[in-house]
Amino acid sequence: MFFRSACRCHALSAMIIAVAALAGCHQDMYDQPRYEPLEPSDFFGDGRSARPLVPGTVIYGAEMADDVLHTGRSDGELATELPLELDAALLRRGQERFNIYCSNCHGRSGDGNGMIVQRGYRQPPTYHSDRLRGAPIGHFFEVMTNGFGVMPAYSIQVNAGDRWAIAAYIRALQLSQFATLDDVAASERAKLEQAAATPPEDANP
Amino acid sequence: MPQIFHPSMNAIARASIFGAVFIVAGIGWLLFEFYRSSYQTQVGVVRPQPVEFSHEHHVGGLGIDCRYCHTAVENSPLAGMPPTQICMQCHSQIWADSPKLEPVRASFRTGESIAWTRVHDLPDFVYFDHSIHVQKGVGCVSCHGQVDQMPLMWRTETLHMKWCLDCHRNPQPHLRPRELVFSMAPLPQTQATHAEAAEAAQEEPQAQPRAAHAAAASLASADLMKLHQIASPTSCSICHR
Repeated sequence: MFFRSACRCHALSAMIIAVAALAGCHQDMYDQPRYEPLEPSDFFGDGRSARPLVPGTVIYGAEMADDVLHTGRSDGELATELPLELDAALLRRGQERFNIYCSNCHGRSGDGNGMIVQRGYRQPPTYHSDRLRGAPIGHFFEVMTNGFGVMPAYSIQVNAGDRWAIAAYIRALQLSQFATLDDVAASERAKLEQAAATPPEDANP
Repeated sequence: MPQIFHPSMNAIARASIFGAVFIVAGIGWLLFEFYRSSYQTQVGVVRPQPVEFSHEHHVGGLGIDCRYCHTAVENSPLAGMPPTQICMQCHSQIWADSPKLEPVRASFRTGESIAWTRVHDLPDFVYFDHSIHVQKGVGCVSCHGQVDQMPLMWRTETLHMKWCLDCHRNPQPHLRPRELVFSMAPLPQTQATHAEAAEAAQEEPQAQPRAAHAAAASLASADLMKLHQIASPTSCSICHR
């Protein structure tokens, strides 16, 4: 008699402990009642906790001037000069950004034969045509900002300063394709001449 | 008063005195194994996504830089999920009729978000900032694995606190020069590759082979501690703020 009731008592207390232990296992701290960035929401009708921007929103503290830096145009004409100071750092920045965002289609040297083009995107014109070599630098900025033909706008990924850096780097690419040995610093010239003398190891052009 | 326990209980009692140690240890071990299991950590577990997006194809096959889509990774805590607009920069023309991409096109038409499943989800009581790690030279690969070899996304790391601290206590082996942070090459292990690759890296600064990238990175990692001013704090409030 006592044996059975003791047994039941033990079973009951074991269950209580188990339930208490399980109840302690909930994940409230892991998933707190606040939104992580981009977390879905059942509060808003469109299911987004990240609210879309109201039309006309400007970035706090950003200059939204109609100056050449942001439009690529001054007095309605495409800018012919870089509105930023040109130095090695700007060109390096431009090279980095170009290789991230542009080279996929335009190719690393700007000949318009990047990987995405090889996979079927319409081929962009080479930068090294007379037309684009003669185009004002503001043209490249404007194309990046607004898109051109099938090329989409890149202002959602690349800010205005970086777009000018890329434009400067495009100019450098254009120069590079028409450079002569005289443009090479004397210290580097020997290296090039040596490379020209020895045939490349693999025949990959 | 009747006898409560049957005489056979004596044997069980004796056994359990010795066995208790093993039982408790066994339960502890089971819990520990569960905590480290892929069921719990999601390591190597592919989670269903609305579109079968392949990093292997986009990163490994096409060579698209991480930052093309994850645009905020250099200057914000969140790496940034690309808006549908970025998908459509290419897929307005390429694979434009593919049924697999219909959710993307639908999102573009209607303006509704694609509801991706977050693979690397930290607990809400942990603060993590991508930008500082990228600026200090921690490569994407260190935490996300070689995504250029992942057809679908999975975790390669546990995201346990121990894992964070292992690196914060000794960050040096995980550092790269800033220009190689987005390279998918893992850091090499052997000294021989270091020397070879460093040579190759010097000869060909523009088109370095991937191994060279990584080796050059690892070679310099001692100096990178100074150059990037690595503090890698381990105080609680750095992450639990």
